[in-house]
Amino acid sequence: MKQTFLRYSPILLLTLAWEAAARLGLGAAFDLPPPSAVLVAWIGLLRDGDLVTNGAASLYRGAAGLGLAIVIGAVLGIVMAWWRPVRVALEPLVEIFYPLPKSALIPVTALWLGFGDGSKILLIFLGCMLPVTLGAFNGARASDRTLVWSARSMGAGRVRMLWDVVVPSALPELLNGIRTALALAFILLVSAELIVSQRGFGNLIGILGDNGSYDAMFAVVLTVAFLGFAADRVYQVLTARVLAWRE
Amino acid sequence: MARVGAPLRAFAGVLASWAVLILLLVGWELVARSGFVTAYMLPPFTDVVARIFHDATDGNLAESAALTLYRALTGFAIAAAGGTALGLAMSRNGGVRWFFDPLISVGFPMPKIAFLPIIVLWLGFYDVSKISMVVFDAIFPVVTATLAGLAGVERELIWSARNLGARDRELLWQVMLPAALPQIMTGLQVALPIALIVAVIAEMKMSGYGIGAAMMTASRFADSRGVFAGIVEIAVIGYVLVKGMALLRRRLLAWHAEASNQ
Repeated sequence: MKQTFLRYSPILLLTLAWEAAARLGLGAAFDLPPPSAVLVAWIGLLRDGDLVTNGAASLYRGAAGLGLAIVIGAVLGIVMAWWRPVRVALEPLVEIFYPLPKSALIPVTALWLGFGDGSKILLIFLGCMLPVTLGAFNGARASDRTLVWSARSMGAGRVRMLWDVVVPSALPELLNGIRTALALAFILLVSAELIVSQRGFGNLIGILGDNGSYDAMFAVVLTVAFLGFAADRVYQVLTARVLAWRE
Repeated sequence: MARVGAPLRAFAGVLASWAVLILLLVGWELVARSGFVTAYMLPPFTDVVARIFHDATDGNLAESAALTLYRALTGFAIAAAGGTALGLAMSRNGGVRWFFDPLISVGFPMPKIAFLPIIVLWLGFYDVSKISMVVFDAIFPVVTATLAGLAGVERELIWSARNLGARDRELLWQVMLPAALPQIMTGLQVALPIALIVAVIAEMKMSGYGIGAAMMTASRFADSRGVFAGIVEIAVIGYVLVKGMALLRRRLLAWHAEASNQ
């Protein structure tokens, strides 16, 4: 406890310095609301429901896009590792599309599906699928040959073997790919909502900024940043637990 | 046999990638022309190429590409220099490490692009805010890679340098940094695409000039050729940057053991 406090004390110090700077008049000069005002604005946003409705819209988009990307990406990656013809056809495609900056697709998905939920879900799905695919593919390809052989010699069928041997041994790399995808989902979601959207965290940030309610804008920005950080930490704890059997 | 086989196989791999790319483009053209989708949803590839060619001849493309590249690469250069320096300072000084370590570990997984409106509020709509956003996003992988690289330098290497009478400065420039360079380069290779992406997103958000801004303008006017032209341009620029960085790595690390593996 004490150690955690000591470790994170610089953040506390910075917050105090921020408060002091804002109170000493720098705030007005640089549009820097003090953290206490940001906290008050945050509670206000929570009370009148703006934070909840927009947050729910954002989380729905993120969860739907990421969920699709995980399911389809993992299946695709394992099939690629398992079936040679699929690999020959898809591996170069993955190689071509993997480095393409997915944010470039923001205007296209808006063109196709408009400014609502559909365009964000599609964008997040497209952007997050390949890291998952690549993780599943690398993991499944490296799955222990001796394990596969012994499972086969014990009479395991093809599908059974996929589920019992290949998937578990692909899991660490797959989970790693999903971690990348999780971070990407947040980035794509926020940038798409900042640029073209109705509702959502990004949209709320834009509206508050245009209205000049900077303390509330800071509150939403910090909320989003914190959610991204917390999601990553929670995910790491969960994966450590899932992978505990490997030790 | 293995010696002849490896380059041959690599060549076959390159050939296969090109074949798939060409198939993909032909497939795009056929689907777009088949009538299943409207030209608004998916303009034919040849039309998009014609559009890029048109923009290239009247100078629009050069102007937007130059602006986007200027923002991305300036931000990247600042992030590279600043990130390496910060990583170095953190590994050598306990106080600096104490202060920045929690900031880096909390900041790294955050979607930093959410801070874009705040940066715009403070720094305005022009290049300074876009470049600052790039630096803010691209610096994290550089710092963590530098830290990891310096932490991984073998003790024996440092001891022998000390034994041979190396002073602090010599130790740093001639032993520590070169030994950490592979990791630092990896960090830079992660940071470069981030720099390009962030520059493009910032342009999309703030409009004005640049590839991202041109794409958003095209999107608002339902000009799908313009939007797809932007995607192709970004893909090509991203590809060239990533390949250039890999080339630089091979140059800079020609002396390193990893180079002889290739």
